[in-house]
This record gives sequence, C-alpha cells and structure tokens, in this order.
Amino acid sequence: MQFLNPEEPLYMKLLRSTTIKLAVLYLLLFTSSVLVLSGFLYWATAGYMERQARATIEAEIQGLSERYEHTGLAGLSLLINQRLKRNPTSASIYLLVDPNGKRVIGNLDRWPQVDPDSQGWVELRLSSDKVLDDKSHPARAQLFTLRGGFGLLVGRDMQYLRNMELLILEALGWGVLLTTLLGLAGGLWIGRRFLRRVELLDKTAQEIMAGDMAQRMPLRGSDDELDSLARTLNQMLDRITQLMNGVKQVSDNIAHDMRTPLSRLRQTLETAQDSRLDQPEQQLRVEQAVQEADQLLGTFNALLRIGNIEARRQRQAFETLSLNQLVDDVVELYEPIAEDRQQQIHYQHNQVSPIQGDRNMLFQVLANLLDNALKYSPEQGQINISLQQPALNCIELSIRDSGPGIPDELRDKVFQRFYRLEESRTTPGNGLGLSLVRAVCDLHDIEIQLHNGNPGTEVKLMVTVKAEN
Amino acid sequence: MRILLIEDDITTADFISRSLKEAGHLVLHCADGKEGLLTALDSPFELLIVDRMLPSLDGLSIIKSIRGADNPIPVLVLSALGEVDSRVEGLQAGADDYLTKPFACSELLARIDALSRRGGNAVEVTRFQLDDLEIDLLSHEVRRNGKLIPMQAREFRLLEYLMRHQGQVLTRTMLLENVWDYHFDPQTNIIDVHISRLRSKVDRDFDTKLLHTVRGAGYVLRMPAQD
Repeated sequence: MQFLNPEEPLYMKLLRSTTIKLAVLYLLLFTSSVLVLSGFLYWATAGYMERQARATIEAEIQGLSERYEHTGLAGLSLLINQRLKRNPTSASIYLLVDPNGKRVIGNLDRWPQVDPDSQGWVELRLSSDKVLDDKSHPARAQLFTLRGGFGLLVGRDMQYLRNMELLILEALGWGVLLTTLLGLAGGLWIGRRFLRRVELLDKTAQEIMAGDMAQRMPLRGSDDELDSLARTLNQMLDRITQLMNGVKQVSDNIAHDMRTPLSRLRQTLETAQDSRLDQPEQQLRVEQAVQEADQLLGTFNALLRIGNIEARRQRQAFETLSLNQLVDDVVELYEPIAEDRQQQIHYQHNQVSPIQGDRNMLFQVLANLLDNALKYSPEQGQINISLQQPALNCIELSIRDSGPGIPDELRDKVFQRFYRLEESRTTPGNGLGLSLVRAVCDLHDIEIQLHNGNPGTEVKLMVTVKAEN
Repeated sequence: MRILLIEDDITTADFISRSLKEAGHLVLHCADGKEGLLTALDSPFELLIVDRMLPSLDGLSIIKSIRGADNPIPVLVLSALGEVDSRVEGLQAGADDYLTKPFACSELLARIDALSRRGGNAVEVTRFQLDDLEIDLLSHEVRRNGKLIPMQAREFRLLEYLMRHQGQVLTRTMLLENVWDYHFDPQTNIIDVHISRLRSKVDRDFDTKLLHTVRGAGYVLRMPAQD
C-alpha cells in the first residue's frame, strides 16, 4: 500500500522513482547527441587536416617531378636542398635516391623497404630526426619514380596531427563528461524536488487513511500538474466526506427512527404476554403489535424503494403518459379526504404535452405531495393545484397548501431521508415521502422547487418535455 | 383447492402452508425450482404460488415453462423484489398476480380467492345483485330497494368491483390496483375514506348492512353474518 518507504535511503528512492528514470533517459539521449556532434567535429577538423596533408604531398611531388623534367637532377636536388634548409625541423620529409637506391639528397636516412599501395602511398614510422625505425612517429609518404630510375619520396611526419587529434579528443571527452555530470546533477535535483512533493502528498493520504478526514492535500499555488492533482484529490475528498456524512446521517436517522417503533412493538408484545389480560384484550395487543410491525416494514420498504430508484439509471419501464390524467386521478382520489376536513382543492389545468415516465412512480409522487398539502393545511384550508405548459418544452405543476410553510433555512433538508420539521413530528408519516419524491423526480429529470406560498408552501415540479424523435 | 407452493425459505413456507390449510386448502410444498416445475407439470393443481428466487431454477423460468406447455393454471408470484419493473416482468412471464414480501396473510388469501374465481364466468354479466342492492353496468345505475342512488364514476367502479367479487375479502391494495389502476403506496387511509363514502350511500339508510370491514384485511360485500 505504501508508495515510498521512508526508511529507504534517498538514492534507492531516486533510482526507483519515475523522474529519475526519465532524467537518466534524457541524459542518455543528450550524451549520445553530444557524442555524435563530437564525432562530426573530430571528423571535420582532424580528418580535414589529414586530407590537407595528402593533397599537399601530392602537389609537391607533382611540382618536384616537373622541376626534374625541366632542370634535371641537379635542379631537383637544389630545390629539395633549398626546402630542407629553409625549415630544417619541419614535418616535411624528402628523399631522392639514384636507381641503385643510394641517397642523393633528403632528410630521411634511407629508402623504405615497404610496398606502396596502388597510388604510391606508404605508411612509415620514424624517429624525430627522420631515421626509419619501428616505433615512434607515424608518417605518411608518397613514392614516385622519376625518369632515369631515380626514386622520389615526399612525406609528412604525422605526429603533430596525432597530437592535434589527441587534443581534440581530450577536449571532446571532457565536454561529454561535464555534460553527463551536469545532466545527472540537474536530474537529481529536479527528481528530489518532485519526490519531496509526492512524498508530502503520500504522507497526507496516509494521514487521511488513518482516519483524519479533515486533512487536505497541500497546494503550492504553482498551478502545475502536481497542484492540479492535489486539487482534484481534495475535491474528491470533499465529495467523499459529503457522502459519508450523508450515509452517517441516514444510518443515524434509521437507528433513531426505528428505535421508537421497535420499542413500542416490544412493549405491546410484553403487555400481550401478561397472563392476567383477558382474551379480547390480548387479541387487541397482538393486533397492535402486528400494526407496529407493518409500519416498520413499510418504512423499510420505502427506504429500499428510494435506494432502488436512486441507484437505477435505466428507464425501461417508461411509457408515454398524460400528466393531465395522472393529476386528475390523484385529485379525484384525495378529494374525499379534503372534503372530510372541509378543505378545498382548486385545480386549474390546461392540456399539456404527453411525457415519458413511469406512471406508478409519478402517481406516487403526486399522491405524496397532495397528501402532504392536505396534511399540513388547516381545516377549511385551501389547496391550489395548477398544471400548465408555459413553454413548448416545459410543463409546470404547482401544488400550494395553506399550511404553516417551511422556514427558508430548512427548505433543503425536507428532502433528506427521515427529516421531519419539528411541528410535524406528531402527525403520522415516516419522513420518507419527500425523499421518495426527490428520487423519482431525479430519475425523470424533473426539477423540484420549493417556494414560499404566502401562506403555506408551494411545491413546483418543472417537467422538461423532450422533443419526440 | 389444491395448491402447489414453491418456496425455498422454510419459515415463510410454513407460515403460508399453515394459513392456507386453515383456510381449507390442500397444500404441497417444494423447496427447489426444478423439483417444483416437475411437480407442477406432473400433478393436477388448481393454483401455483411461486417464489421468484429459488435454487436450481428461478420462479419466472418455471412460469414460462408452464405457460410454454399451454397450462392455464393461475399463478401467483411471491417476491422480495417489489419494484414496479420486476412486477411487470413477473406479469409478462405469465403470472396472474404478484405479491411483494413481506405480505399480510389476509392479503395472500384474498388474492388466492380472487384468482381461483377468475375466468369462471365467460359470459359478460351486465347486472349484479346482492339482497336488494342492484347495479346495472349498461345504464350505470345503482338501486337499493328499488330506489336510485346517484353515484360518481369512481364510486360506481368501486361498487362494481365489490359486487363482482361479492363474498370475497378484498384488500386495500387490491382495490387500489383494480379500481384506480395504480400500483403505489398510499400514505394515508385513503381507501377507507372512499369506502366510507360508498357505505354512506349504499348502507347508511338501510337496516341490512352489506359492506363490511374485515379487521386487519380489508373489505367484503356480503349479507351480514347470521347470529
């Protein structure tokens, strides 16, 4: 369950953390691009210099052989001698040998005993004072046979080039190392910062799990993804808390509202057990007990029904029905009760569009609302019902009683399960009527409004008529 | 009447069996769905009481199989699923009536009584009579002792239903379902008020009381008990 183990050393956490994985990946990518770039730089500098050296040698041989053509051996020797004198320590290598291989002039000690490639190139190794050996400096030279059997060798001591190459390589190596170190440090730094915030979220979550539901995720105000995550988590926690409070209140209410009838039932049964009671008296007690039990069962059924309706989102049982018919029927059903209490029901209605719904559920809603209106209106009071369609897509059903009304601040509460206004605690009912109304209305997308009826309460149901298709 | 009860809950089954036997019926009890279906198809019963949730085969499948075999036996479904949808499902499967648990014993007996008499009179009856109370379905007239009693439409339907089932105990739920055609849970004694209004019209001014209250069960229209 635990996201990070606080006992673990930081580097282990870092190694496992996503940020570090990402940082290392970036680092690899970065380093390899630097390597490719360095390779190109190397090729462009060192390679260029080498190619340059070859071209120079070729040009020189060309020049020297032409000189030999024009001025003969003497001219050529003079020229080579001039060049050697001009710059005795230079990297240039010259050697002119006669047809027997004997040195005529040059700064190389002898003619190399290696086979040149097809273009006359040879790789040589020689010491710093131009003596051929097997170790020390690398050199490159081209061999050329002049007319008359003379051999000409022009080359370059490549040591300076190697040195240059090494320098470049070294610089590039340092660069790559530095890049890696910087990248790694940056990654670690960012990772640690990120990890700390995640750890903070984790710690808060654990505290909440331990039962401190009032805790909320810390926000940094930076509006980044972590902040947004924390905010979403906080909203989720708010919603959970709200739901938990709802559930708690319902179960508290159930416990409270069930205790009273259950203890009444128990008392009645206890009395019935009394052997001193005569037969009819005992019978009466048992009947009372059955009634109490029925009432309890009724309450449970109502609760289950609300729960079922609330949980249900499919509307298979919906049919096309006329609200006019439904309201007519419910008014007719309750008319006698109103008459008994000398109350008057004023019923105004226009023909309204048919709607989709469950007629039994909607009838239950109307019955509950009208029942309440009659119950809370005084004797000889008036109940006004109106069914209108002010707009094509909206039907308005209003039921207004002439009772004491609902205080503004309690208006939202009356829809909660078991909620009953203090004044109505004495009237029969289980406090579930309006919860059921709300559940059915929600299922039918009907909006319920409670208004102050002056006097009394006006319940308005706003039914949306969906366009037929 | 020979009744087959298919119900897996032993306590409920005992309770139902005992009350049915007390009411003079013969009851056979099966606790398993498949066994119940085989028994139902095997032996002649006059009524079937089926629980919806059963081991091995559920109640609705039993009913469908029985109806599939062209067996017209009246079937009453018992169920803890009380929502309107499941009720509709039950009736669509071929059940004749649907009763939600928990139920009062009187409700069950009244419904069984109604079911057993169903389909008896194929001939459309247009007049009913009980003692000196007459009701004419064609002219919508009610007379008692020859005197015309004015009735509102719903009162007439209520009386008609009571007259059609005279001698049978009718529960409040049955009246709501059959006279008002709504399946809902009235929070008040709304049916009692309607009955008392009807009573004031057909009984109040006469010595012989015909509309009786059956305590804990409902109402019945019959001649007063001789005592």
